[in-house]
Amino acid sequence: MKTISVAEALNEALKEEMRRNPLVFALGEDIGRMGGLFGVTTGLADEFGAHRVIDTPISEAAIAGAGIGAALVGTRPVMEFQFLDFIMIAMDQIVNHAALYRYMTSGMVSVPVVMRAPICGGIGIGAQHSKSLEAWFVHVPGIKVVMPSTAADAKGLLKSAVRDDNPVLFLEHRLLYAQKGPVPDEEYLVPIGSAEIKRTGTDLTVVATGRTVSMALSVAEKLSARGIEIEVIDPRTLKPLDRGTVSESVRKTHRLVVVNEGWSTCGYAAEIMSVVIEDCFWDLDAPIKRVCNKDTPMPVATTLERTVMVSEEDILSACLEVAAT
Amino acid sequence: MPIKGKTVLEDISVEMQLGWYRQMYLIRAFEREVYQLNTAGVVRGTAHLYIGMEAIAVGACTAMREDDLLTSTHRGHGHCIGRNLDLGRMMAEILGRSDGTCGGKGGSMHIADISRGMLGADGIVGGGIPIAVGAALGGRLKNNGSVVFCFFGEGASNQGSFHEALNLASVQKLPVVFICENNLWALSAGFADTTAGASVANRAKSYGIPGNNVDGNDVQAVFQVTREAAAHARQGLGPSLLECATYRWEGHSIFTKREIRPEAEIQQWKERDPILRLRSELLETRGVPTGKLEQIEAAVGVEIAEAVRFAKASPLPDPLKATEHIYTQQ
Repeated sequence: MKTISVAEALNEALKEEMRRNPLVFALGEDIGRMGGLFGVTTGLADEFGAHRVIDTPISEAAIAGAGIGAALVGTRPVMEFQFLDFIMIAMDQIVNHAALYRYMTSGMVSVPVVMRAPICGGIGIGAQHSKSLEAWFVHVPGIKVVMPSTAADAKGLLKSAVRDDNPVLFLEHRLLYAQKGPVPDEEYLVPIGSAEIKRTGTDLTVVATGRTVSMALSVAEKLSARGIEIEVIDPRTLKPLDRGTVSESVRKTHRLVVVNEGWSTCGYAAEIMSVVIEDCFWDLDAPIKRVCNKDTPMPVATTLERTVMVSEEDILSACLEVAAT
Repeated sequence: MPIKGKTVLEDISVEMQLGWYRQMYLIRAFEREVYQLNTAGVVRGTAHLYIGMEAIAVGACTAMREDDLLTSTHRGHGHCIGRNLDLGRMMAEILGRSDGTCGGKGGSMHIADISRGMLGADGIVGGGIPIAVGAALGGRLKNNGSVVFCFFGEGASNQGSFHEALNLASVQKLPVVFICENNLWALSAGFADTTAGASVANRAKSYGIPGNNVDGNDVQAVFQVTREAAAHARQGLGPSLLECATYRWEGHSIFTKREIRPEAEIQQWKERDPILRLRSELLETRGVPTGKLEQIEAAVGVEIAEAVRFAKASPLPDPLKATEHIYTQQ
């Protein structure tokens, strides 16, 4: 085991997959010479050259379309969108093309593309650089959506995403980039579609995504001291969801809090709640609560941004409320 | 640039011209059959007919190599036939049958056949342009030597995807031939009313690539400029843009019942029929006997009848297939 940051883990994943398969290549804005705005592609251009690490124009639709076309001829592009907010320029390519190609051709082709993008707020850059739009993409048949919470998961999931034959949206919380964690020295994969129970507990299930997983774990430690044992589940893959792991946990604890940094209305948390209601409504002893970002755009000022984003206190009070019901 | 006049090529054999004639005649007969089948209620959905534009698909596709690739548009039957896709399976796809090129899931606007280098027709105007660039980008990595031919209409040249894609292809010097089929009309909006600068080819200048106007109803001219553009691409000199002047004889799609284009304009373009033009050339300049052309026409009739028979005999897809092919099974 070594201890490295999420950004370093992602970088290792890309390097390993590009060494393993000469048909894997990266494209995006500022990913070559600069190594990416957040440094995830550092050193790639030096090792693999300008034809495999392509600094593109600021043209998100062309980046996505180029990735799709390259995938159709048998290569495996990994695209970086500098902020998830910018991916909206490429929505036609992603939703009308990448997601549909396999279906519309009855399986004649598949589109093995990875679309990496940083998400959410926390660094004061405002409403056009801070969105968490995972629910939009989870909604679309034909796309997989992955959101790691630790360095080890980030590396193993990205490697799996590169090897996956389907379009995979890979969402990276920018506050996690610098967060360090243990990562195995040897090669490993984390399978897509498999959740992980990050902490076992008997009294309440918390399903948390991305950055909120560590917050939920911290809340669990605090409440353990007060005699409440929380089970924390990280879906890791938002789609396809490992529904069995979530439902099984709720059948055991009978209580559920869902934490997600997207908007609340029609958000990812709502989907988890629906799944649990469908699978194990009669096992619930209390109404489910969700903890999400406020349904507002992301403001810049520290006090405002903190108010909008999920906090540990929000999770703690929701857990206390559900546990007490 | 002015539209080039009639081109006579020394290296064009009569056999090649007869091949063009057969394919153009086949496209028109196929489209007329689609129209008939639609009237009879057999076509699923709608179809966008290529009648009047046949010279572009045939001229361009015959300038391609077997291992070249193409992307197409919602008006894509001509490109598919130009690329020799199986007619029966195409017709079955248009009818929404299980033996269709895409199993009945794509329909008229989404016919694809990777084995023929046909990366797909596309229902989104301008949607296929960045994909063509990507196919060239991936091809460069695989060193496959393919040139990608990207068909689109003049309407697509006002989409952002057109400009993003041309720019990317140019800065990366990718082997793409962008072929604009300018048939002067979107569904109801005229080219001049919607397109600043009144030229698609001139837009090439902004991206530092060659832009050429060509008479899209002259199959030889289309063949020649496409072949030149392909050679340019294959030499590593990057993409180019061709604007082919043409006209669609029918409405935007079979659904479109109201014709707002001036009748005189439609008639004027029908007089420039690309098929009749080649026919006259073959009969008058090349001295081909009428019987030879009639033979070709009769053979096309048989091919179309067989395609229709195949398509109609094909069963409707199993309802269980509706939820298949969303993801690969891994």
